[in-house]
Amino acid sequence: MPQSLDYLKETPSQTAGPYVHIGLAPGAAGFQIYDQELGQDIAGPNATGERIRVEGLVIDGTGSPVKDVLLEVWQANADGVYPHPEHAGHESVEEGFRGWGRVITNFETGEWAFDTVKPGALMGRNGQMMAPHINLWIVARGINVGLNTRLYFDDEAEANAADPVINVIEWEKRRETLIAKRSERDGETVYRFDIRLQGGDETVFFDI
Amino acid sequence: MTQTPKKQGEFYQRDRRWHPPAYDKDYKTSVARSPKLSLISLENTPSEITGPRFGHGDMTPIDNDLLSNYAQPDQSPIGERIIVHGRVLDENARPVPNTLVEIWQANASGRYRHKKDSYLGAIDPNFGGCGRTMTDENGYYYFRTVKPGAYPWRNWVNDWRPAHIHVSVFGTGFAQRLITQLYFEGDPLVKTCPIVATIPDPEAIEQLIAKLDMNATIPLDTIAYKFDIVLRGRRSTLFENRLEGN
Ligand SMILES: [Fe+3]
Repeated sequence: MPQSLDYLKETPSQTAGPYVHIGLAPGAAGFQIYDQELGQDIAGPNATGERIRVEGLVIDGTGSPVKDVLLEVWQANADGVYPHPEHAGHESVEEGFRGWGRVITNFETGEWAFDTVKPGALMGRNGQMMAPHINLWIVARGINVGLNTRLYFDDEAEANAADPVINVIEWEKRRETLIAKRSERDGETVYRFDIRLQGGDETVFFDI
Repeated sequence: MTQTPKKQGEFYQRDRRWHPPAYDKDYKTSVARSPKLSLISLENTPSEITGPRFGHGDMTPIDNDLLSNYAQPDQSPIGERIIVHGRVLDENARPVPNTLVEIWQANASGRYRHKKDSYLGAIDPNFGGCGRTMTDENGYYYFRTVKPGAYPWRNWVNDWRPAHIHVSVFGTGFAQRLITQLYFEGDPLVKTCPIVATIPDPEAIEQLIAKLDMNATIPLDTIAYKFDIVLRGRRSTLFENRLEGN
């Protein structure tokens, strides 16, 4: 027998189930328990950059909205910096900018939305700039391992065309599933981003 | 840069054959909610290596005590009093300190405090069913709670979930984000459960079964179960690719 490598195995994932809100957003489950729930304010009051709203639906393979889904958001600030000690320049991130949030749906319709600032572009691998993007993680009943995707912005066509992650996707038609559509509503900037779990226009999900 | 931890490399690839596949016909809800096309494999960028950070200011010390965090003064939830404790480690067996662990569960009669749960089991007025804590500098965490009851769910006609606690963990990077479920040693329902069975490897299932831990049990008070959680490990700096591209 050769020597053993002695690595541990990652704990296997299990579905978050229909009652994920109890643990991660108890107010949505229907009760008040914590002084403050986590993930309710992504950008904080001091963040610079454009204030935006992102909204959408998660849609299953039958075309129906997934009404019990929960999303988590992870993004850089408007300067393209993550509030994390391993990201160069993190000392400059605005106080109160978490870059992270939790998003729940309207249980009747499945519509979800979150308010934040538009992130900046940042350096990816091998000196290649990544276009502004928001990382999303999606969990729900029926999803056995949380799904990772990225939201890009349709008003960043030039940066998107050069983005090294978008360009990893061989099928150009599928790249469009990652592009949120900008509009104005009541003086507010809104991006629409519907996520399709399955079907002909299935959203690109990443194994990160 | 003074407080920057020693620089580590990229995360080990996730072993997708150890995790459940997205599609499992016996877990019916997964059928329409599973991507059919392959995931696109990405090498780590700063978006995956970084992740949210939490501190003790984000919570109160009682948040990890489900025996009291929703109970009326001088009252307790009904059920078997248990401690769930263990360490959060990475695949290199190093502790993951100061990371957020959140749990949620049904009460002792198998009922969730959720507006969408209508099971016959009684709501316990002294039990909320959620808790959260930060691991300490050794990656250690613990909760006090009651042992959850089994509950029925619509899949096949007669499916019952084994007693379980849902567990959510962060780690240091967004690529480590994980939600799983803890089961209890000796529960015969574990073998019958289609959600447990989404995990193909029996050894991987064993990793989700908390073990009775008599040494951590508090005599005449609370029974303990040990549950270690393993997050993805990272390469050492020796072979690190240059993430910042300089
Ligand atoms: Fe459950």
